[in-house]
Amino acid sequence: MVEIDRITYGYARTHPIFEDFSWKIQRGERWAILGPSGCGKTTLLYLMAGLRFPTQGEIRIDGQLLERPRPNTGLILQDYGLLPWATVRQNAALGISVRKFYGPDGKHVPANFQPEVNLDYWLQRLDLLSLADHYPGQLSGGQRQRTAIARTLVLRPDLLLMDEPFASLDAPTREDLQNLILTLHSEAQLTLVIVTHAIEEAALLGSKILVLKQPPIRQGLIIDNPEAFQAGFRHSLPYLRLCQDLRRYLEAA
Amino acid sequence: MKRRELFLAVLALTGIWQAASWLINQPILPSPATVLRAFLLEIRQDLPIHLLYSFWRVLASTLLAISLAAPAGVLLGQSRRLNAIFAPVIYLLYPIPKVVFVPVVLLLLGIGDLPKIIIIFLILFFQILVLVRDQAASLRPELILSVRSLGAGRRALFRFVYLPASLPAILTALRQSVGTAVAVLYVAELFATQRGLGYYIYLQGSTLMNYPAMYAGILAMSLLGLGLYFSVDYLERRICAWQTIHERV
Repeated sequence: MVEIDRITYGYARTHPIFEDFSWKIQRGERWAILGPSGCGKTTLLYLMAGLRFPTQGEIRIDGQLLERPRPNTGLILQDYGLLPWATVRQNAALGISVRKFYGPDGKHVPANFQPEVNLDYWLQRLDLLSLADHYPGQLSGGQRQRTAIARTLVLRPDLLLMDEPFASLDAPTREDLQNLILTLHSEAQLTLVIVTHAIEEAALLGSKILVLKQPPIRQGLIIDNPEAFQAGFRHSLPYLRLCQDLRRYLEAA
Repeated sequence: MKRRELFLAVLALTGIWQAASWLINQPILPSPATVLRAFLLEIRQDLPIHLLYSFWRVLASTLLAISLAAPAGVLLGQSRRLNAIFAPVIYLLYPIPKVVFVPVVLLLLGIGDLPKIIIIFLILFFQILVLVRDQAASLRPELILSVRSLGAGRRALFRFVYLPASLPAILTALRQSVGTAVAVLYVAELFATQRGLGYYIYLQGSTLMNYPAMYAGILAMSLLGLGLYFSVDYLERRICAWQTIHERV
């Protein structure tokens, strides 16, 4: 689904973050990108989101060259990115508002966009219905992130990119949302890419894990983790072993 | 602020005024009752025309300032390169008291409403420009990125992010400068016009020596300033409810 084909990218021309880097994601896969701070994992996500562009090489999604943010790609950031002056309902509807603003032009908005609103379904699903008239400033971190997730899912994305989405949440909220994402992934045939610096999160969420080291990055280490998200995996021995392995890889980096 | 407190403040100020007028005991400081009587008399004569002229000049310059300064502020706040070019110019011009340009603007633009509107516009323009620019620059890059990832291009970003983000800045700028604007309006209306509260106050006080009528003009000008201030305050509470709610939590 996503083909990253020999890209080079860096904020400063002399110090590329990625150099001749390639990577492929198949439809329906669930990837975790793991790496130390500053290794370029967020940059990689922005490249896939069409918010940054490689200086060499290309990124194709469904065979289409990525030239702008793709309407069917959802992006969720650690910072939530909610409008502080809009209520939960207005924030969750922001994507729909943008689509109605442009109309189905095939550029900003999918040409087959139907303005049927299933907003309440997602608000209810994410336990936000009772908070619909609250402003982000009145919400907890977990509620804010759920609002951001609702805003993205209401647009029915087929590719969901997440950048440290649960890093600033407390442990029970984090586990809650992790389980929610896994459920949604299996329900909606989403392709999922989650960037994290937490070994445990990568082991838990990624059925494939891409480990990045310090830049310039030419290649990532790919680890298969087919047992992720089987019942009880969080407490199993293979999980602990995988965490140990990942820690070793990162320390060697 | 509570209505009761405001009412008590009005009462106290009127009391001080009354006491001062007793102490001084000169025609130049008539009592509140005398002024109120004059006001009620004048309001049935020329005063409303002058009030309307002054009001129209403030309103026109406010709208003009918002429509030019807000987009310019958003643009500068968004683009570091543009701001790097203009910031020093704004930095130099911002603190200059614009009222000193009254003679220049009058000489350049002549009689009529335009020079008066332009002078108030100059005051409001810089105030709004600076506040909106800083507000637009303070929007977190993550916010812009996530809205862009929802498909928003330049136009939608403006409509859904920059415009609502600059509203509080515009209202704050107006609240801060509405007093100055009315003060400068008074000065501007001293010249080359026979309409407006500035002209009216000066005429009654210095030419006709009708002090109660002069105070009626001062009262009208105060009411104009207060009315504008209260309107901005009201809009701020209505439109920017999220800010006050945020503070309460």
